[in-house]
Amino acid sequence: MWWLKLPDNARFSSQSPSRMTLATATQPEEARDKARVSHAGSRRSGPDTAFHLLVAASALLVLVVLGGLVVLMGVGGSQAFRTFGLGFAFHDVWNPVADIYGAWAPLFGTIISTLIGVAIALPLAFGTAFWLTTMAPPRIAAIIGTAVQLLAAVPSIIFGMWGFFTIVPFMAQTVQPFLSHHFRHVPGIRFIIHGAPFGTGLMTAGLVLAVMIAPFMTAVMRDVFAAMPNMLRESAYGLGATRWDVMWRVVVPWSRTGMIGAIVLGMGRALGETMAVTFVIGNVTAVGWSLFAPRSTVASLIALQFPESPAGSLRLSALLALGFILMLLSFASLALARMLRGDTK
Amino acid sequence: MSETVVSTTGWKPNPRAARRRRADHLATAFGMVMAGILVLVLASILWTLLSRGLAGLSAAAIMKPMGPPGSSSGLANAIVGSLIQTFMALLMATPLGLGCGIYLSEYGTETNKFASCVRFVSDVLMSVPSILVGLFVYQVLVAPFGHFSALAGSVALAILAVPIIVRTTEDMLRLVPTSMREAGAALGATRWRVTLSLCLRSAKTGVLTGILLALARVSGETAPLLFTSLGNQNWSFSLNRPMASLPVTIYQYAGASYEDWVQLAWAGALLVTMGVLAINIAVRVSARRG
Repeated sequence: MWWLKLPDNARFSSQSPSRMTLATATQPEEARDKARVSHAGSRRSGPDTAFHLLVAASALLVLVVLGGLVVLMGVGGSQAFRTFGLGFAFHDVWNPVADIYGAWAPLFGTIISTLIGVAIALPLAFGTAFWLTTMAPPRIAAIIGTAVQLLAAVPSIIFGMWGFFTIVPFMAQTVQPFLSHHFRHVPGIRFIIHGAPFGTGLMTAGLVLAVMIAPFMTAVMRDVFAAMPNMLRESAYGLGATRWDVMWRVVVPWSRTGMIGAIVLGMGRALGETMAVTFVIGNVTAVGWSLFAPRSTVASLIALQFPESPAGSLRLSALLALGFILMLLSFASLALARMLRGDTK
Repeated sequence: MSETVVSTTGWKPNPRAARRRRADHLATAFGMVMAGILVLVLASILWTLLSRGLAGLSAAAIMKPMGPPGSSSGLANAIVGSLIQTFMALLMATPLGLGCGIYLSEYGTETNKFASCVRFVSDVLMSVPSILVGLFVYQVLVAPFGHFSALAGSVALAILAVPIIVRTTEDMLRLVPTSMREAGAALGATRWRVTLSLCLRSAKTGVLTGILLALARVSGETAPLLFTSLGNQNWSFSLNRPMASLPVTIYQYAGASYEDWVQLAWAGALLVTMGVLAINIAVRVSARRG
């Protein structure tokens, strides 16, 4: 808002002393904003107005794109919502042969695999960022920090291939036989590890997702931690705080917003991740608590079944409705982050 | 670290300090272990990628177009297709993203409802699953025209790139100190001049990083291309027709049961990753020098 109080060229020549006074910091914020509103458009030079309009138009276009996304997804899915009602979201049969569709199986897969992914990635990312910013020797920190940042840029399909050729066999040949041998009869765990050792499933998907979002979250967290003024850190050390005290009581509160942003962005990526998951989820539209049985997620189901769905069919509509629900999910996660951040806007 | 201290010295053990030290040790170990695990896993990915990718990489893989299994085919048309679509996407996304970011940081005050709305929408767009963007563009640019097209693919990629550019542009412009703007205005510069020549210039590195982050993100995206540019077995340079792209080709080939296709998929994966990493490294080096 500073520019409103500053005279531009024209006003210098008009010699209006009252307008030339600089706003002081003591001037109330509202008054300054009012001054801005009353001033808008009246005394601005031509290029300035054009520039304002241009950038405002870009902003509007971004708005229109998201609006179009939501509307088209909703309209496309309306046929499925009309046919199956709101129960569509919680109906657990997805049967293209009988033309009966319910979203619960893929939704369940999406939610659980995302939660597993974030639950594994968060300690990895936080611990690594902590190590990088406070403990690692500067040279090693620089190398590993750069490597992690670079790896955050690796496309998700690479993680999918890696999972498909490395994690899936590992799960099938090592983890699942081990688990089923030792925990098969333990109540409470039994139903989680139940299933033939295919190697695909929610756990595998969660692992791959975690590995995929961890570098990204680490990079963001490290940046956020490093952005804190050193004086705060030094003051805390000067008061006798340990490394962890500084981390937990100074750095984390200071960078809370950025950290939540990192987590939610990671979660958003995991929620809608298609390629990394499609390779390792097994693609079976079933519901169950086993983390080691083939499942499907919303994104993987759309990727696999969309090409087989003719235009205008109920199946296509059901897939679009799934997309609509997925959008709501990612919307909800963002809203949640804003709530946690204490930001009501 | 001795927890037992003789009290005759006048110094008494402080249980809180001991607890804090223990917590510190625990946290230190935790940080080290986590960093170790992450580095190992990522190294494993790179190793798999390198060993498998280099085995499949050859001059033929880069020079020859795609073909049926067993015919010593390559990835040339997919590589070129990817380059074209990514370039087109950035061409569309950069001005839009910059404009929107400038609007948000320079005109989007706290009281501006429209700006906070756009800011929120841009955040939402950033976390919108990429496959949904593909579905959206399918409905807008593919279904009405009755055929898949490279243009649709580029638009889908552009939609993914825009929010990243918006966010970094806004953040970086906000970091420019107000005193700099005041200095510019005091010298008689108009507002657009101040924005473009002072703010944007001093935030140049950050803004460029944003554009590069966007490029890195879209150049490996597969999901939005599945229903838009579809993929193509043959050479195609027309924006109006289906066009091959490296990620989609990798997706099609990796799950195939032909050994040479799987090899090509790994070679393609290596190429995509190396391309993305090379861009990132180049930017880092230039940013350090500039």
